[in-house]
Amino acid sequence: MMEQSALFEYVLRMSDDSLILAQRLGEWCGHGPILEEDIALTNISLDLIGQAISLYDLAANLEGKGRNHDQLAYMRYELEYKNVLLVEQPNGDFAMTMLRQFFFDAFRLPLYEALMQSPVEQLAAIAAKSVKETRYHLKHSSEWVIRMGDGTDESHKRAQDAIDHLWRYTHELFYVDAIDHALLADGKIPNMETIQAKWMTTVTSILQEATLEIPKNNWKFEGGREGRHSEHMGYLLADLQYMQRAYPNMEW
Amino acid sequence: MSTNEWPLWEVFIRSKQGLNHKHVGSLRAPDATLALENARDVYTRRSEGISIWVVESAHIHATDIDDAASFFEPSDTKIYRHPTFYEVPDGVKHM
Repeated sequence: MMEQSALFEYVLRMSDDSLILAQRLGEWCGHGPILEEDIALTNISLDLIGQAISLYDLAANLEGKGRNHDQLAYMRYELEYKNVLLVEQPNGDFAMTMLRQFFFDAFRLPLYEALMQSPVEQLAAIAAKSVKETRYHLKHSSEWVIRMGDGTDESHKRAQDAIDHLWRYTHELFYVDAIDHALLADGKIPNMETIQAKWMTTVTSILQEATLEIPKNNWKFEGGREGRHSEHMGYLLADLQYMQRAYPNMEW
Repeated sequence: MSTNEWPLWEVFIRSKQGLNHKHVGSLRAPDATLALENARDVYTRRSEGISIWVVESAHIHATDIDDAASFFEPSDTKIYRHPTFYEVPDGVKHM
């Protein structure tokens, strides 16, 4: 595979993770469990949109076909989105949203930390800027996981239910295929096994502190990285894309 | 409405130029750690600060508005407490 197009795919996968999770968090706007948390969730959403814009700009640049970040974000079909299934899962209750966020943050932080060393300068620069935001996201989601797990009977049950449901989607965070192999061989990206080990360390220690348990089953759901999404994705994209589809090229 | 609400916290922020923390408002949070995070999200979105203090509102003791006359008015008539009766020598700068 041409290296340029491998890098395009790699960056696109990261952009889509950020955009789709941001869209999900944005759904909480005005519906947060308390005003302060409503603002916290939408702050995280805006951080992720900012990261998505930078990553889409880089992807568009690598692709070299004259597309801009808006066209990448809003004008593709479902099969062309390469985000992991985890980030498109519905918000559910606050525990479901926070556990989804925690699993993602614990993955994104070591990824950005490693990408800061990438010889792809623009990618390293985006990672360096995003790592501070992500460190805060992980702190915030970790604090909530600990409080829900080690809180009341009901908050503990809801947090454990969320883990039991979401665990099957976490394996896909570490998905690798020919695209990753090509870039890894050239030293452009970090080894995913290292990222996974760091993720596991974070998840194990926080869940332990939260008195929550890692599920025993080994179900693994994947497909997002190849564009095969869960049934929730179409509805999400309908919301996300409506304005650009109804009024192509509009700006505000 | 639930009576089992999170406690109220007062938020103090020190800006880049400021030397002291200034009261900026209040918020609700279950404990001090999350109060600091909420304060960060609610009150420093536009680079307002580099340091945050939070304190539970219940721990603040305030003067009673009804006592204002006996508390504060007596000082209004003590103009000699202001150092305005000294002539500043010509050589003194920055006064």
